[in-house]
Amino acid sequence: MSTAVPTTRGSRFTGAAANYIDERTSISGLVKELGRKIFPDHWSFMLGEVALYSFVTILLSGTFLTFFFQPSMATVTYEGSYIPLKGIDMSAAYQSALDISFDIRGGLLFRQIHHWAALLFIAAIGLHMVRIYFTGAFRKPREINWVIGFVLFILALAEGFTGYSLPDDLLSGNGLRIIDGLIKGLPIVGTWISYLLFGGEFPGNDIVARLFSLHILLLPAILVAALGVHLLLMVINKHTQFAGPGRTNENVVGVPILPVFAAKAGGFFFVVFGIIVLIAAFFTINPIWVYGPYDPSPVSAGTQPDWYIGFADGALRLMPPGLEFVWLNHTWSFNIIIPVVVLGLFIVTVAIYPFVEAWITGDKREHHIAERPRNAPTRTAIGAAGVTFYCVLWAAAGSDLISTHFMLTIEGVTHTLQALVFVGPFVAYHLAKRIALGLQKKDREIALHGFESGRIVRLPGGEYVEIHEQLSEYERWRLVSFVDYKPLMLRPDSRGRISFAQRMRAGLSRWFFEDRISPISRTQIEESDHH
Amino acid sequence: MGIRKTTRMAKNSSPSATAGRKANRRHPLATVALIVIGLVSTGGAYALFSSTASADTPAAVSGAASAAQGEKLFAANCATCHGMNAQGTSVGPSLYGVGAASVSFQVGTGRMPLAQQGPQAEQKPAQFTDAQVADLAAWVASLAPGPGIPDSKYLQGNGNSATGAELFRVNCAMCHNVAGAGGALTEGKFAPALTGVTAAHIYEAMVTGPQNMPVFNDANLTPSQKSDIITYLKYLDTNPSPGGIDLGNLGPVSEGLFIWIFGLGAVVGVTIWIAAKAN
Repeated sequence: MSTAVPTTRGSRFTGAAANYIDERTSISGLVKELGRKIFPDHWSFMLGEVALYSFVTILLSGTFLTFFFQPSMATVTYEGSYIPLKGIDMSAAYQSALDISFDIRGGLLFRQIHHWAALLFIAAIGLHMVRIYFTGAFRKPREINWVIGFVLFILALAEGFTGYSLPDDLLSGNGLRIIDGLIKGLPIVGTWISYLLFGGEFPGNDIVARLFSLHILLLPAILVAALGVHLLLMVINKHTQFAGPGRTNENVVGVPILPVFAAKAGGFFFVVFGIIVLIAAFFTINPIWVYGPYDPSPVSAGTQPDWYIGFADGALRLMPPGLEFVWLNHTWSFNIIIPVVVLGLFIVTVAIYPFVEAWITGDKREHHIAERPRNAPTRTAIGAAGVTFYCVLWAAAGSDLISTHFMLTIEGVTHTLQALVFVGPFVAYHLAKRIALGLQKKDREIALHGFESGRIVRLPGGEYVEIHEQLSEYERWRLVSFVDYKPLMLRPDSRGRISFAQRMRAGLSRWFFEDRISPISRTQIEESDHH
Repeated sequence: MGIRKTTRMAKNSSPSATAGRKANRRHPLATVALIVIGLVSTGGAYALFSSTASADTPAAVSGAASAAQGEKLFAANCATCHGMNAQGTSVGPSLYGVGAASVSFQVGTGRMPLAQQGPQAEQKPAQFTDAQVADLAAWVASLAPGPGIPDSKYLQGNGNSATGAELFRVNCAMCHNVAGAGGALTEGKFAPALTGVTAAHIYEAMVTGPQNMPVFNDANLTPSQKSDIITYLKYLDTNPSPGGIDLGNLGPVSEGLFIWIFGLGAVVGVTIWIAAKAN
């Protein structure tokens, strides 16, 4: 402790307590390391935090729900408070979910908190991923953490889906039936897997208990472990930052965890928690009581999965009929196989993208400056195409509601979306690329010649000119500091050959970097300063 | 425009251009906030207005219906499509055997007279008074036997709502949605929402099967089962969702839209606020 500070009784106590703990755990090294971790300030860097805080909310509210939920499919007769279900036979799982909603104090609020927080959790993860992608924050040394984050996203989807299936109401049963159909549609192994999963023919008597174990034990355990590694790697790799005065690839400018960031983050947790609770208090989510107990015969209009599974549901909805046939004594359901394969490829592409891009650029340097999307036009364009593809499938999951609410025919909506799945990504790709290049040109123009001041001056010769104001050094720094790539040059290797892989790489590199706005050189800047 | 103004000002007074720019600008989200407030208030006012406007649906009145009066009304308003003797033409079906229930439903809910050809007859404000509807129904019923006006004892909403809910899920929910919020059918047709529909119209729709709806006759659903279904629908009408605002009871799509727009929107707003530099 510093001798300059007069010791009060309070500080003597904290000092002694800290010393006591440190002597037994040697934790000071860790605190020094973690406490000095720097967080740069930018709103988009907080999306991961939002996901984390919603996850904490989910854990807390979920624990409450486990106190009362019965994961059993045994048949019981409902005698609870909700009148339009009195005397109806249902599973114990559904009954306990109804009891949580109507007969346990605060139960409905907790159920709604849990469900709304889950929706927010995955939405925040999605936005967080998109931010990481478009700023190139997945580049070395953060590729591994991208993959871990991707695993977290998949785990969150699995958590969401298993949770959606637990109340055993009509909606969750219909969702499970679609999964069952999807699994059975896989050739040869499908039926076996389905019988294994459901313990016999759908729906069986086991599935709720099995999904419950996954939902509250296995999946959260893996999720928490992966989350720990994700955060640890973030500390080890340091945070990215946008280019700016004094911000280089070698430093991080921001506030340290202790004390400023920790205080802000603690407050932010309560803000996120508060928003979730407010929503849960005022807005119904998944009114299981109107859906009634699961019964394989009825299917309600407007049966959809929660939003994050929507893209998969949409892919199924967009498949044209007539793709199912019998061959070699097996039914080949290409209306199932095609969407499964396409979505599988899409998801794998997302997972391995950092490695693909690293291979194409051949860039082995570390990158700690987050790129502005415009400075990587091809990546931005690929991202826009991917987002468009995802969003079209996502919209397709709501095709029936789009048609009723916008007074359209459902066939028209479906056919339009079918066309958009193919056309949309191309349009988005070219649009995004042109916009990114255009913005780069504008940046270049402003950096060289300043911005238009709006002041028109008449010269003695009668000519009118508009005065351009130069940017300050600081402002210009933002515009000119970015990594520039050029297409890879094909060079023969030591044996004088050009391999196929090398050719492919050069081709892809050309695709990535052919259209480029060359960055401003120092001489150009100096020249412009002399004007 | 902001840049133009502030640089001039900075030249004249402030030595620091950035400070002047910061101080003189409205918060970048001020416009957005203003638009949101405007939209929410107009939308809210509209919702309030439209809900109060539709609240007073006319109660079913049956007096001494006059078939003679109905015939005159029919000739003046319906005969163009259905023919002078209700025998049907190339643009409208014959009305022999449709019964009083059909007339009461189609004309009473405003679906008939048809405003224009379309995928299906849209509901609109009823064109005739209840007495006129009863007159028309009496005349059409006099042409040939058909389903009649339902007995009021089935329309009281005093059946078993649990049975009604189960019957509704099995027989009706695939088109009308479990909460009666409506749903899409093929070729631009749709199953309408059932909120606020009178008990008599629900019953008549079941026995006559208007438009794309199948007929649920008394062998299929007994009158007391129909009464149970009506009881359930009235329960939904009179008991708001225990969980709060129901977002139209449209299921996960409206919930997803809500969390992305309002949930994530609010949270992102907060992140921007936290990360904003103090002025």
